[in-house]
Amino acid sequence: MRGTLSDRMGAALLMAPLLLFLVLAYAWPFLGVVKWSFTLPTPGLGQYHALLTDDLVQSVFIRTLRIAAIVTVVSVTAAYAITVVWVRGSPVQRVLAEFCILVPFWISVLTRAFGWVALLSNRGLINTWLQSIGFISEPLTLVRNEFGVIVGMSHFLIPFAVFPLASAMRSLDERVLLAARGLGSSRMRTFWTVFVPMTRSGIIGSAMITFVFSLGFFVTPAILGGGRSVMIAELIYLRIFQSPDWGLGAAISVVLVVFVGALMALLFRYVKPKQLV
Amino acid sequence: MPTYRPGPVSLALAVLVALFLLLPLLAVVPVSLTPSRMLTMPTGELSLRHYRSLIEDPRWLESILLSIRIGVVSSALSTVLALTFSLGVWMFQPRFTAALVGFVLLPMVVPPVVSAVTLYFLLTSISGISSFFGYDTWLGVAMAHSVMTVPFATVLILVSLSQLDRRIDLAARGLGASVWERATRVIMPNIKFGIVTAALLSFVLSWEEIGVTLFITSVNAITLPRLMWMGLRDNIDPAIAALSVILIIITVLVLAVRSVITRQRSGR
Repeated sequence: MRGTLSDRMGAALLMAPLLLFLVLAYAWPFLGVVKWSFTLPTPGLGQYHALLTDDLVQSVFIRTLRIAAIVTVVSVTAAYAITVVWVRGSPVQRVLAEFCILVPFWISVLTRAFGWVALLSNRGLINTWLQSIGFISEPLTLVRNEFGVIVGMSHFLIPFAVFPLASAMRSLDERVLLAARGLGSSRMRTFWTVFVPMTRSGIIGSAMITFVFSLGFFVTPAILGGGRSVMIAELIYLRIFQSPDWGLGAAISVVLVVFVGALMALLFRYVKPKQLV
Repeated sequence: MPTYRPGPVSLALAVLVALFLLLPLLAVVPVSLTPSRMLTMPTGELSLRHYRSLIEDPRWLESILLSIRIGVVSSALSTVLALTFSLGVWMFQPRFTAALVGFVLLPMVVPPVVSAVTLYFLLTSISGISSFFGYDTWLGVAMAHSVMTVPFATVLILVSLSQLDRRIDLAARGLGASVWERATRVIMPNIKFGIVTAALLSFVLSWEEIGVTLFITSVNAITLPRLMWMGLRDNIDPAIAALSVILIIITVLVLAVRSVITRQRSGR
């Protein structure tokens, strides 16, 4: 090997631009946000005290955790069902499943939320159809509430939940499944006692990703919740742009980062990052 | 050889999930054809008026052009930064690589809303110094988008580098190639596909970015998603349905082309 000094120089020169860019455009302003949380409107821990005592903030935190938990269960279950076919199906089934996963994945969050508005709103497809067949007389309220938010968020997150599951299912040794079937185990039993336990790391990874993503979700709850079921991210937005209270908005952001960081640390104790892709 | 295939129950459940995934995308098609000015199902006749309004209303065209400009600039910046960084990691394998890569990936894992507040802080600070590069300017948005897309570009380029045979580079090195020659004439031609994918992904992510954009724009830098957002929040404009249909068709076409290309590549 030639000169380690020039090696080090080369590495530094190549890696410096991006590192410098992110320090200046990301790390430094983040510290600025942290500073806001301790200095606005008055220096001190006032904003963190407010977080612990303010009823509105508390109810938003609880709602966010509840919605995130429901969305996680719905998304991981749904993702599991379609991933089984994507990984283990016949070639044609695989292509179809891949299409159904990747097309929504690549379509923007706005278009997808809008699609749900078109389906679920009072004059949307579902209400129009149910009324035309005489099943209901008054439109059902399906958006501008938690139901709409959960449906829209699950729809957004299912493709993300698929990838860790697919990676777990691909690395699973098929011979074990065939052995279970060969020894007379039913389809159901093989699935529940062999297949599911062997994809445990995928399920944990998928649930963690979905949960973490749901915590910081902004666009879908804002559109499908219609301002009535506000989640943390929307609360931050409102605190910064509507009732200007930058200090509180910054403090909620800091708490959110710490919370998500703790969850990620927990995740990596159970799953290796490589198993997530 | 026997294989383990999903049974009828699995297939039925997967079909339900597939319907759930596709339904909202299909639902925008009839809405886009409504003759009404409101968001309703067409009753009787169909109309293309909302598609026409996309062309006739200059706001849509302006936003599309702005989004393309921001996407191209931010994608170029992300790709160049991600490429040089990844080359440094791969060629020299410096100490603390894991920590440095972890740092670079932060904007991808931190909740987007927190990144949005952070970039809002950054751009409002810059606005105090310069008026054409800060809050609510297209250059500011392009830079903020680069922060958000550079982790994805880095991951893609690092993955394609990890599939490259190190002996190619060792041979070039042994034959006396300089660092510059190794990078541009040996390594980069071999990861062309990864670089192009990284640039495209960065563009697409910038093109549809809304979470951060909402925090850093107000009246001047109205990107396409920002304009859609305004139309969705206030009074739902069926022109959004027409636009959505067009975007969905483009996405399906691009995915189809991509799958044909990858199939050909793997077939060779």
